[in-house]
Amino acid sequence: MAVQTASIGVKQRRRRGGLLREEALWGWLMQIPNVVGLTVFAAGPLIVSFGLIFTHYQMITPPTPAGLDNVNELINDPLFPTVVANTAYVTLISVPLYMLLGLLLALALHQKLRGIGIYRTIFFLPSQMPPVANVVLWLWLFNPDYGLANWVLDLLHIPESTWIQDPVMAKPSLIILGIWGIGSGMIIYLAGLQNIPEELHEAASIDGAGTLRRFFNVTLPLLSPVIFFNLIIGIIQTMQSGFTTVYLATSSGQHQATDSGGPDNALLLFVLYIFHKGFIDFDMGYASLLAWVLFIFILALTIINFRLAGRWVYYEGQLRG
Amino acid sequence: MAVRAQESTRTAAAGSLVSGQRFRTRIGHLLLHAVLIAFGFIFVVPFLWMIVTSLKVSGTEFTYPPQWIPHPIVWGNYRQALVDVVPFLTYFKNTAIVAAGVTIGDLLTASMAAYSFARLRFPGRNILFMGTLATLMLPNIVTIIPTFLLMRYLHWIDTLLPLIVPSWAGGSAFSIFLFRQFFMTIPLELDEAARMDGANPLRIWWNVIMPLSGTVIATVAIFDVLNSWNDFFTPLIFLNTPGNFTMSLGLGQYVVDHGGQYYNLQMAAATVMTIPVMLLFFFAQRYFMRGIVTTGLAGR
Repeated sequence: MAVQTASIGVKQRRRRGGLLREEALWGWLMQIPNVVGLTVFAAGPLIVSFGLIFTHYQMITPPTPAGLDNVNELINDPLFPTVVANTAYVTLISVPLYMLLGLLLALALHQKLRGIGIYRTIFFLPSQMPPVANVVLWLWLFNPDYGLANWVLDLLHIPESTWIQDPVMAKPSLIILGIWGIGSGMIIYLAGLQNIPEELHEAASIDGAGTLRRFFNVTLPLLSPVIFFNLIIGIIQTMQSGFTTVYLATSSGQHQATDSGGPDNALLLFVLYIFHKGFIDFDMGYASLLAWVLFIFILALTIINFRLAGRWVYYEGQLRG
Repeated sequence: MAVRAQESTRTAAAGSLVSGQRFRTRIGHLLLHAVLIAFGFIFVVPFLWMIVTSLKVSGTEFTYPPQWIPHPIVWGNYRQALVDVVPFLTYFKNTAIVAAGVTIGDLLTASMAAYSFARLRFPGRNILFMGTLATLMLPNIVTIIPTFLLMRYLHWIDTLLPLIVPSWAGGSAFSIFLFRQFFMTIPLELDEAARMDGANPLRIWWNVIMPLSGTVIATVAIFDVLNSWNDFFTPLIFLNTPGNFTMSLGLGQYVVDHGGQYYNLQMAAATVMTIPVMLLFFFAQRYFMRGIVTTGLAGR
């Protein structure tokens, strides 16, 4: 009897072990496409582009070792500080601006207002316009001679601007275009607002908290994870964004892709510069270095943000000490 | 009597307080309407201006002050923009091929990987899942140069393959994440019942789980189609001959070639690119929003 039970136990254990092994086998089997994709289109290229940093490679002849030549080129590149400054300018202004506008809009559209669905649609839809169509329209609106933007300035008796062709106004015009896209952030805030239980607001009201108090002590803390998410995504996207816009703005009417960076290189953003180096000059080594520098900037900012998050992001489920 | 009078004054006071509050809310709402309408104008007018410009006779788009109602209305601009000046019908065909290829590949391989992540235990699962999600952080620009070299080595430059094939290898991490989140809400008993009947995980994924996943399939498919429709950067890198261009690249190239002129035709093409996206939004709003909101609230 005892022997029998033991043998059953062993058999069961063996059977369970076999099942587990079989499950693991299936698990990996079904991951094959994903693993191939991660290797061939993510990890592999990441390693190769790192390797390319230390080569001269113009694509006509095989890559030759270059030591730290590309790093020296970067240090002495007069355009590099411009590129960093331009990208920082756009990121530092547009990320907080879009976040604030998106949040204000979401708060307004969270009210029980007649026709709220129509308002939400109006503010959300422009963010979904195909980027190229968006830029084409924007180049038309900001046309220095016939654009609607200058007509509005005329109506307000403000001097006209040449917008994209003006070194001072070029980046602000780019940022203005982006305001059209705040709808996607707004919709995420709105979903976050709808997740905040009504009772919390009621409880705060009963305790005598006014509208502002309720906003700062109930809404804002509970919304902070969503704000944090929008911040991270905003920075990651903005630092590598604007390619379509600046590429078309600087190549419009040129008949081919040029290495123009706009007036006084005012529109030379990071990704556009990498594109110029890699796909117009075919300087793959230097372009790889630039891409890695951008990658490290983004990574560093994201890590810093996560470090700082503990101070202001409130997670409801989190245990507090 | 005196008590009664007192009571009635109290009720009156309370009543006026309530109506005062209601009055204040109404004023607030009116103000809000005013602000939203004013701000909404900024969002709607450019869009209207695009359509208005697209219907104007060549040259009249430059009249000053702006002519708000095109006279005469030239529907022929659309024909000219789509067929005569730029071969947009060819671009549309290419875009449709890319969108279909990407969507099928992504739906199949991303959902398969997601099933494995959601339901099967295997060593290294968590590390692999983290690795998959980490690719969301990896900027496209870092991997594009080696990928370009690989595609050149394969002689795939100037074909649609570089745009399609990567989505057959696990698709996007975003899709895997969406599928996994959804699969985890399907009761485990369904898998177990199928396993009792002798079905292997591949069959359970295909015959049990996928038929229940219509909503997430719709969400992922919409995003794949939109991305193929909108992407400008990848086609720009991999395609050279106009005959192979996608819609986005074709419209962009039109601006590069003819920027500063024919704004009516440019706006007609831009309108044609925009309308399908709007239609997709109106007819599939539920799935459309789900994708955006799920990823957005994943930050919580």
